[in-house]
Amino acid sequence: MSKITIEHVTKVFGKKTTQALELLEQKKSKQEILKETGVTVGVNDVSFTVEEGEIFVIMGLSGSGKSTLVRMFNRLIDPTKGNIFIDGENLSTMDKKALRQVRREKLSMVFQNFGLFPHRTILENTEYGLEIQGMDKAERQKKAQKALDNAGLGDYKDQYPNQLSGGMQQRVGLARALANDPEILLMDEAFSALDPLIRREMQDELIELQSNVKKTIIFITHDLNEALRIGDKIALMKDGSIVQIGSPEEILTHPANDYVEKFVEDVDRSKVLTAENIMQRPETLNIKNHGPRFALEQMRNEGISSMLVVDGQRNLLGYITAEDASDARKKNIQSIESIVKSDIPTVTRTTSMNDIFSVIHDSTTPVAVVDEGKLVGIIVRGAVIAALAGESEVLENV
Amino acid sequence: MSSLLDAIPKLPVADGVENFTSWLTDTFAFLFDPIQKYSEIAMEFVTETLLLVPPLLFILIVAVIAFIASRKKFGLAAFSIVGLWFIYNQGLWSDLMNTLTLVLVASLLSVIIGVPFGILMAKNKVANTIIAPVLDFMQTMPAFVYLIPAVAFFGIGMVPGVFASLIFAIPPTVRFTNLGIRQVSDELVEAAESFGSTGAQKLFKVELPLAKSTIMAGINQTVMLALSMVVIASMIGAPGLGREVLSSLQRAQVGTGFVSGLGLVVLAIIIDRLTQKLNKK
Repeated sequence: MSKITIEHVTKVFGKKTTQALELLEQKKSKQEILKETGVTVGVNDVSFTVEEGEIFVIMGLSGSGKSTLVRMFNRLIDPTKGNIFIDGENLSTMDKKALRQVRREKLSMVFQNFGLFPHRTILENTEYGLEIQGMDKAERQKKAQKALDNAGLGDYKDQYPNQLSGGMQQRVGLARALANDPEILLMDEAFSALDPLIRREMQDELIELQSNVKKTIIFITHDLNEALRIGDKIALMKDGSIVQIGSPEEILTHPANDYVEKFVEDVDRSKVLTAENIMQRPETLNIKNHGPRFALEQMRNEGISSMLVVDGQRNLLGYITAEDASDARKKNIQSIESIVKSDIPTVTRTTSMNDIFSVIHDSTTPVAVVDEGKLVGIIVRGAVIAALAGESEVLENV
Repeated sequence: MSSLLDAIPKLPVADGVENFTSWLTDTFAFLFDPIQKYSEIAMEFVTETLLLVPPLLFILIVAVIAFIASRKKFGLAAFSIVGLWFIYNQGLWSDLMNTLTLVLVASLLSVIIGVPFGILMAKNKVANTIIAPVLDFMQTMPAFVYLIPAVAFFGIGMVPGVFASLIFAIPPTVRFTNLGIRQVSDELVEAAESFGSTGAQKLFKVELPLAKSTIMAGINQTVMLALSMVVIASMIGAPGLGREVLSSLQRAQVGTGFVSGLGLVVLAIIIDRLTQKLNKK
């Protein structure tokens, strides 16, 4: 079910908004509009849908309008034009009171610099959202304490934010957001201020949290690796417009235009690509039909030194090497059954490249990709390296 | 050329203000008179109460507060004891209490009126544009000028003194409150709003607590300015140390003037350090 739908949302900052909107209609660029009217275009005609329980990443460089966009989801910034629906309710036409209610019940936000109140203790910070709803003290403290315990920070409840490290502060920020038990989490560059190790840890925790509690998460980031890592869906923004929306794989393998392509150039593909993306169609031998002579010939033709062996149902049995095949031929053995070696490393379709590295490093043979015992592909060293280098031919094979 | 400058005859600004003030005085006499009367009584009561406290006890109380406020350091406490004893020793104790009343009442009113105006300025652009120049005007206009309407409205004595001090001393509180609230980081304001705070919740739970030390700095300035008005206010009959200074001036008594002035300095230092230290806590 779609949780959030936004339709033709536009935000311009400045005085001559009507004029700027007209120029936008005429497809004038952000720079031209700024020059002509002095109006800054923050977000330009953005529409998309976020499904319930999805991590939807909005990614773009600074100035791309992503932070403006996320602030329109809870109307910290009012859209100049367009509609925002949450659970079918139009947020953009709500009065203040109804809006406050939505903010209290459905949405929580996590901020880049944590947004913790320095004059309140960790517990007081965490209970803030409940406190302003008028919940009585004992009850809200109990809930806040629980949220902190879940974040592993229960012991710090009487400390002040500046006594905690950045990573801990952001955990408090997240605990505070979750204490309200919102349906939607808005995370504005939530991990960007953290060091890489902590950031990775937090990403993992977020993914885990997501699979446990099924919140709908809107995540803003400028870091494509982060986007690819945690996003179920990614919207790439540039100059206030969406350039491409898709799953991480789609963005990587089928960039919509030069801009996206340039963007994904530097991506650490090892974290995103899986065996499925880089495997090739294997040359195989059927254990019933093929003998050593045929095997040798095939290997010579393909210029390879070993081949995979399967049975009639394409169940992977093992491999044979050229050396063994040639020995067998000399000894006039008709079947390859006796020379099949079964110590071949295997991975599944979804094994990430990161994990494939260690497998392929320790192995003298190619790596087989199997799906429930059946051979579906083969990974050779060359393909791994080519994929890391971002050669599109490899990815086009997918 | 001079004919060009003379093309417009002298504008009747002075007359206009004159007329306006007397109109105010006449029209609102029903308001000013009781204010004057009851305030006078209230302030005399404060002074009398302060004078009821035995000087020795008073000095000790101040010393203890100073000791606690400065986190168990003796400097300010010792200074308070010596300074206040000196004032007592010079026979200026009741003048000191009068001055203290004037400063306290003026400062208190400044805070009560000034903080809400500061909040209004921070929240409302129009209010900000209107109030900011008024504050400039209030601070740059020579303080003596306020004495004239003060007398017109409230006669002579303590009440017009407080009125003049109030106008002169209120700007820092307003400005610093405005500044303090504006300085609260956007992210924290957004955080407060994103959880669905009402305007009042945001103000009292986030903005004012975070602006507190800035506002306190403004209040400190306000108290100091109120104190500096003491001598000027004595020209319209406000009692206290200022009156001693003034009368010494009129009689060219350097010694008495110096002693009374010194009393004011002692009071100023104690109040200034105390408010600053309370702020740091």
